[in-house]
Amino acid sequence: MLMNGAQAVLESLKRENVEVIFGYPGGAVLDLYDALYKTKYPHILTRHEQGAVHGADGYARATGKVGVCFATSGPGATNLITGIATANMDSIPLVCFTGQVTNPLIGKDSFQEADIVGITTPITKHNYLVKKAAELPRVIREAFFIASTGRPGPVVIDIAKDVFTTEIDYEYPDKVHLPGYSGDFTGDESQLADVMEVLGEAKRPLFFIGGGLTLSNQAELFREIIDKTHIPVVSSLMGLGCIPSSQEGFLGMVGMHGSYAANMAVQECDLLIGIGVRFDDRVIGKVDAFAPKARIVHFEVDKAEINKNVVADFPVVGDLRWSMPIFASLLRESAVDYKGRYNAWRSHVIEMNGTHPFEYTTNNNYIMPQELIEKVSQLVDDDTVIVTDVGQHQMWAAQFFNSRKPRQFLTSGGLGTMGYGLPAALGAKLGQPDKKVVLFTGDGSIMMNCQEMSTAADNNIDVKVVLLHNRVLGMVTQWQRMFYGKRYSQTLLGGKTDFVKLAEAMGMAACRIEKPEDLEPMLKDALNSDGPMLIDVMLPGNEDVLPMVAPGACLSDMVLGGEKE
Amino acid sequence: MKKYILAVLVDNKPGVLTHVSGLISRRAFNIESISAGYTEERDVTRINIEVSVEDDRELEQVVHQLGKLIDVIKIVNLGQVDSIVRELVLLKVKAQKDTLADIRNIVDIFRGKIVDVSPENVVIELTGSRSKIEAICEMLAEFQIIEIARTGAIALSRGPVPVKNM
Repeated sequence: MLMNGAQAVLESLKRENVEVIFGYPGGAVLDLYDALYKTKYPHILTRHEQGAVHGADGYARATGKVGVCFATSGPGATNLITGIATANMDSIPLVCFTGQVTNPLIGKDSFQEADIVGITTPITKHNYLVKKAAELPRVIREAFFIASTGRPGPVVIDIAKDVFTTEIDYEYPDKVHLPGYSGDFTGDESQLADVMEVLGEAKRPLFFIGGGLTLSNQAELFREIIDKTHIPVVSSLMGLGCIPSSQEGFLGMVGMHGSYAANMAVQECDLLIGIGVRFDDRVIGKVDAFAPKARIVHFEVDKAEINKNVVADFPVVGDLRWSMPIFASLLRESAVDYKGRYNAWRSHVIEMNGTHPFEYTTNNNYIMPQELIEKVSQLVDDDTVIVTDVGQHQMWAAQFFNSRKPRQFLTSGGLGTMGYGLPAALGAKLGQPDKKVVLFTGDGSIMMNCQEMSTAADNNIDVKVVLLHNRVLGMVTQWQRMFYGKRYSQTLLGGKTDFVKLAEAMGMAACRIEKPEDLEPMLKDALNSDGPMLIDVMLPGNEDVLPMVAPGACLSDMVLGGEKE
Repeated sequence: MKKYILAVLVDNKPGVLTHVSGLISRRAFNIESISAGYTEERDVTRINIEVSVEDDRELEQVVHQLGKLIDVIKIVNLGQVDSIVRELVLLKVKAQKDTLADIRNIVDIFRGKIVDVSPENVVIELTGSRSKIEAICEMLAEFQIIEIARTGAIALSRGPVPVKNM
């Protein structure tokens, strides 16, 4: 089939079942957008390229499919960087297409030229510069394969402008041939036999789950494993939702702002079974004092994660889609009475969780941020997708929102990208049009991509933006309060910005909630309204996220709630 | 610190050297030398990387992180199998009539070659281990070394089995 490079890109996307592209046009991709115009390919025009890449990311997290975005050369491409790095840290499958200047102009510091392959090498799973149109079908096929298999991640395809207009005899390859990457992440079954053996010896085992469990779609099988063994569970930020937050034996998030019970359980357990986690520093605190009594089992697709941050005594290297079914069936066949064996330990951690829940002090004069999250949690149905930005509100959402399902709680965990939330929420809504999508954001974070309110309004993308408005850059002020003698250096916002007017100016409905007695009724109305809406909730500016483990401290060394001055 | 030579077979595609060198720098691995060249297979380039690591765990990280790169086909640590390690050096040394004989003697002892000569200097070619190259540099220092170009270490395992089949 004869077609030009631009048509070849869109034809390949069709074959990869891409439902929607997030993007922003420009000089180097004019021909691509011309082909898009002719084929009427579904495309969301964001108001900034960063919005496009986070939108594709939110779409990918909500659906499990590969997210796709377009940007032009130079500044268009560099505007994607934060979003690509965000996806890379959280292992989100993306294919990002960037235009490049024409072949003869490459390397001449031409207008809108940037070496995007060079720039994105450290933050992508793989990247390509396509200088010949004939390579396009193969490269695109490979990119989707690489992005979505094994440990997923973003792939960048940079395409020289003249490639889009070059005619090729199009054929989309069935198979990929990559001598260095098979995409097969089947492991060694004997490693699971070792795990079964130590499980039989353990008295105080603990599961530690993370984003890998969500990404591999193994949460359901994992719930079966929990039912069979009654082993208590703690989760990283990225693993939230795999087990309902309210389920007995689930101790909540672990780490810097984790629950008392989760952190203590890690310190007391004699076997810690990590599943799809990478033992991030925000989780482990002081490395030498992490899980001091435990042998460590590590289920992980990425060999390089084994022994990277903590030493695994029993690694199980392979895709969870391979290891979890085997693990579940070994447990089913096992004669060991796991429930009986771990019962005393389980009761102990459940008791700790009961006596030390996440707490806050209510106040008759102010709406407390935790109260707001709890209210939203009560008002929305089980299928609602929650998206967060980054900062205090993110941690409160992790603590106080009752996550019930995988792919329900979308957040920038690894990179901690302020500004992620709004565009990601738009992407999530486009991926899950039948589900309600609620964004928790702050008055710091929202400003980093507030232009996407226009995108929401113009495309009528129904997201509810719950703005936790406290007039400070909350997480930084918390650190300044705790570790920098209350010197609030550059963290106090003036408070003059009227977010209701800002939203309305961009064509989005908005309301403001100021009084505690208005919270429930107004929130209910707003959440049940039609179309995108910003809900500006005024909060006090001096609340801390607690418990807190100081950076680099031992997990049992927590500042707890209720100890405020 | 321990030193090892890694033989890294990679897909001979544009950007592969960027991927490999970028990874080494962003993971803060210490490398002593890196060199690359074509192999007996048209599509495969061999990159020889000399790394220095604190311990086995760091070595494992280097190997696994490199292994994650899509265009890396195979990595073998030639420091852990019986292998031959060589480095090529070209040395430009000041030489006058009265010193040339002494320089030639030293070059002969090290089994090097003089490959260029002018009234003021010679260029010496020598292959060998790092310690041998350092030794000749030390010996020639008194004559004044004008310039040095070194390839970094390359290695092959002993016996008939190539790295790709290990």
